[in-house]
Amino acid sequence: MIEKALKGNRTYWSWVALLCVIIAAGLSAWSRQLNLGLGVTGMGRDISWGIYIAQFTFLVGVAASAVMVVLPYYLHNQKAFSKIVIVGEFLAVSAAAMCMLFILADMGKPQRVLNVLRYPSPRSMVFWDVLALNGYLLLNLVGGWAVLGAERKGVPPAPWTRALIYLSIPWAFSIHTVTAFLYAGLPGRHLWLTAVLAPRFLASAFAAGTAVLILLAFILKKRAGYDVGGEAVRKLAVLCAYAGTANFFLLGTEFFTAFYSNVPGHMHSLQHLYFGLHGHAQFVPWMWLSLLSGLGAVAVLLSPALRSSTPWLLGACSVLVFSIWIDKGVGLVIGGFLPTPLEEIVDYVPTVTEIGVTLGIWAVGLLLLTMLLKVVVDVRTRD
Amino acid sequence: MNQQRREFLKRAGLAGLAGLGAVAGIIPTFALEKTDPSVFSNRPVPGATRWGMLIDTRKCRDGCDECVAACHRTHNVPDFGDSKNEIKWIWKAPYEKAFPTSSRQFGSRNLDGLEVLTLCNHCAEPPCTKACPTKATFRRWDGIVAMDYHRCIGCRFCMAACPYGSRSFNWLDPRPAIETYSPDYPTRERGVVEKCNFCSERLVKGLQPACVEACRGKAITFGDLNDPESAIRTMLAENETVQRKPELGTLPSVFYII
Ligand code: SF4
Ligand code: SF4
Repeated sequence: MIEKALKGNRTYWSWVALLCVIIAAGLSAWSRQLNLGLGVTGMGRDISWGIYIAQFTFLVGVAASAVMVVLPYYLHNQKAFSKIVIVGEFLAVSAAAMCMLFILADMGKPQRVLNVLRYPSPRSMVFWDVLALNGYLLLNLVGGWAVLGAERKGVPPAPWTRALIYLSIPWAFSIHTVTAFLYAGLPGRHLWLTAVLAPRFLASAFAAGTAVLILLAFILKKRAGYDVGGEAVRKLAVLCAYAGTANFFLLGTEFFTAFYSNVPGHMHSLQHLYFGLHGHAQFVPWMWLSLLSGLGAVAVLLSPALRSSTPWLLGACSVLVFSIWIDKGVGLVIGGFLPTPLEEIVDYVPTVTEIGVTLGIWAVGLLLLTMLLKVVVDVRTRD
Repeated sequence: MNQQRREFLKRAGLAGLAGLGAVAGIIPTFALEKTDPSVFSNRPVPGATRWGMLIDTRKCRDGCDECVAACHRTHNVPDFGDSKNEIKWIWKAPYEKAFPTSSRQFGSRNLDGLEVLTLCNHCAEPPCTKACPTKATFRRWDGIVAMDYHRCIGCRFCMAACPYGSRSFNWLDPRPAIETYSPDYPTRERGVVEKCNFCSERLVKGLQPACVEACRGKAITFGDLNDPESAIRTMLAENETVQRKPELGTLPSVFYII
């Protein structure tokens, strides 16, 4: 089936070529980082995780959101999702693959990555996250691929594929919960040390993930002539609206707890992110941009009239993805380090090398997604 | 020195009996740093020793940093000259930053401008070792939170987990940034985490930690917290002492007299 990804028209190949160029640039940036060390990034002693881990966190959410189409289709027999389920699964595969690459890029000694399996440490959340992510990638890849293969041969999918798909549903919740637990169990990092972190991760994931799916559905329709159906998009838009609402509600509860309790440790990180602290306000414009644009997007999505108009829907989805990307990546991961354990505020600016590696990994993910979806489109539009 | 010194030799002798001291004696640069934690499980008295430190800030002189220099020299800690790539095992921090939640309103003594020594607390409940996905950082039988530089994958999880900022990462190759090379302790590679090791390589030789030895004001007392007869326990019993961020439940082994 994979040969279908190797046949395409000019647009397809130009897109693939563009991605390959970005990947090559990313590889050269990565080799610079391997040669000189992570000192070539903007990270440092105080902000020891940067945009790599931020992208990782955001993309785990995108991966998990496949469940938003898998669950209604397989558990509730929502036929409207029949054509988009596979898109969700393959989006999950690409996002999970990017997550692993971002982890690898962030490691000081990537050549020792197998130490995680050689010396399994179940008390460490990373151990579980590695298992969860790899498992999830495989479940979706094998499940999706088998269903598609059966479809191509015109036979019903083998019974075991259903088992895999059912398993992938709780698994999707687990990957993002465990990812939240990477942060939520660390004493002294007040922005992360909150019980609503996992629920908030899930809400923002389902909002951003469904928004990405809606955007993908439009691209597929326009560029590849693959229509997932208006009903599916309409249902996704509603899911997206409510997940987005839940996300901002949970953010609001964080504000209430921090500021009403008036406990300095709990307030400082939020103060720094949204209002600036000790004269440092690097993140303030970004956080307000994220907050206001995100609220606006959710308002549009909540209005039935606006969300049924294609330009409004696409605009709102793009804005919501951007808003959550800032909130979860920049704000939550990088902002979580500030103030530092010694009550200092330092600035973080990603370097060109770091951005190069990041874009390279995104390009790898997009290439993988493009090829997987190309197979889907070819198998499905042939008959 | 004598009473303390004897206390040291006694403990170090125990270590020697178990064979490890001997190995470390023959190959001093190996010391205890890259040893598998399982080696420690059949110690004669597992968990009986808990090394700890008491810092008397009243005796610590303003502007003096001899302990810091001694530690960094002993352990080949590089100096990159900037705070982003900085590596430090022990350093001085303003009181209100080291103890951010302590009460300072209407205090009995003006603590503005007081600088206190900060280092890894060798916590009895260390969040850093729990977070490590490879057990490259682990709590030893004697309470020291140690690093295996050869196992560390450089994920920096331990840095996110440590609530005291005690850990540093080798963002760049540290070797060119070492001023005077000390042959008694291994240098590290780029890409791994490091921090204070309570001078475990000196303890096996019956020596006091380098900072303790370097302090002319005798502001630092080092000893076994589990030995009620030790000098440090006597001082803890006789003085009002504090630990950093005790509310986090990490049970630091470094105590302060303010
Ligand atoms: S002070 Fe930090 S690095 Fe040292 S043992 Fe405690 S948590 Fe770990
Ligand atoms: S950086 Fe090294 S010591 Fe720290 S958690 Fe990762 S593997 Fe463990």
